[in-house]
Amino acid sequence: MPTIVVEVMPKAELLDPQGKAVAGALARLGKSEFTAVRIGKRFELTVDGPVDAALLAEVDALALDLFSNSVIEDVVSVTVLEGVAGETH
Amino acid sequence: MPRIGVITFPGSLDDRDAQRAIRRAGAESVALWHGEHDLQGVDAIVLPGGFSYGDYLRAGAIASHAPIMAEVIDAANKGMPVLGICNGFQMLAEARLIPGAHTRNAHQQFIRRDQKMRVENASTDWTNGYAEGQEIVIPLKNADGRFIADDETIKRIEGNGQVVFRYLDVNPNGSINDIAGVSNERGNVVGLMPHPEHATEPGFGPDTDDAMRSGVDGLVFFSSAITALLKV
Repeated sequence: MPTIVVEVMPKAELLDPQGKAVAGALARLGKSEFTAVRIGKRFELTVDGPVDAALLAEVDALALDLFSNSVIEDVVSVTVLEGVAGETH
Repeated sequence: MPRIGVITFPGSLDDRDAQRAIRRAGAESVALWHGEHDLQGVDAIVLPGGFSYGDYLRAGAIASHAPIMAEVIDAANKGMPVLGICNGFQMLAEARLIPGAHTRNAHQQFIRRDQKMRVENASTDWTNGYAEGQEIVIPLKNADGRFIADDETIKRIEGNGQVVFRYLDVNPNGSINDIAGVSNERGNVVGLMPHPEHATEPGFGPDTDDAMRSGVDGLVFFSSAITALLKV
């Protein structure tokens, strides 16, 4: 079954407390090659049936209306994976 | 007697406290349910605090799409007084009834304190009983209380008097411009992070100089709404 993947990130100019906490952990582990970490969200929508343009348009709308809040986040990608989620890369 | 509804969502915590505060202020409180499309003819609405849907997705986001929110948004746009407290404030922002959004507290921790703040706009439906500039103490408790908006929006709401409350002494969550609460342009929809319903009864409120737990500064929110409703 196909899977539609929506990825959402906090806006670049905003403080991302989660990313900041992980960046602090990396620094404490001596991983000085990483200067920043930002953490976003990935939604995997399993679809029962084919993915057509109308369905993708609906996901685009949902991505903006529900999966993200445009005041603080950006939808960075909406992609389609064929096969079972987790098996594809 | 005005009838003020309090909507209970899955994960609401302070709905009963809000109902009690409404009764103490002299209005009838009406329990409303998120899953219905029925405001039961109430004159005003409170979206209470809590952690609806476990704050999953974003705080207030899933609740802002609840069935009853269609009626709330419609009523708010027609001028009905609507108050969003904490999680209710987050729902108002997610429903776009007020500007801005909330993120995790800048210090990344839950915080609970008796919070001093200044009433910046005493002409909204929920603040008309205060004096402009009045300093009040209201309990605050949240993890995702950092109010933010882009520069243009901040400039606009500051200019319009839509910043209704500002934190004093301590900014507990990193909110831009120490903003504690905001309203829509019309002033009938107000949201804030602190909990006025927890400061309405002597013995159960914040400490004051007079006595422990004697603070009742929050009662004026609800009496203000009654004043606004009786004026119409």
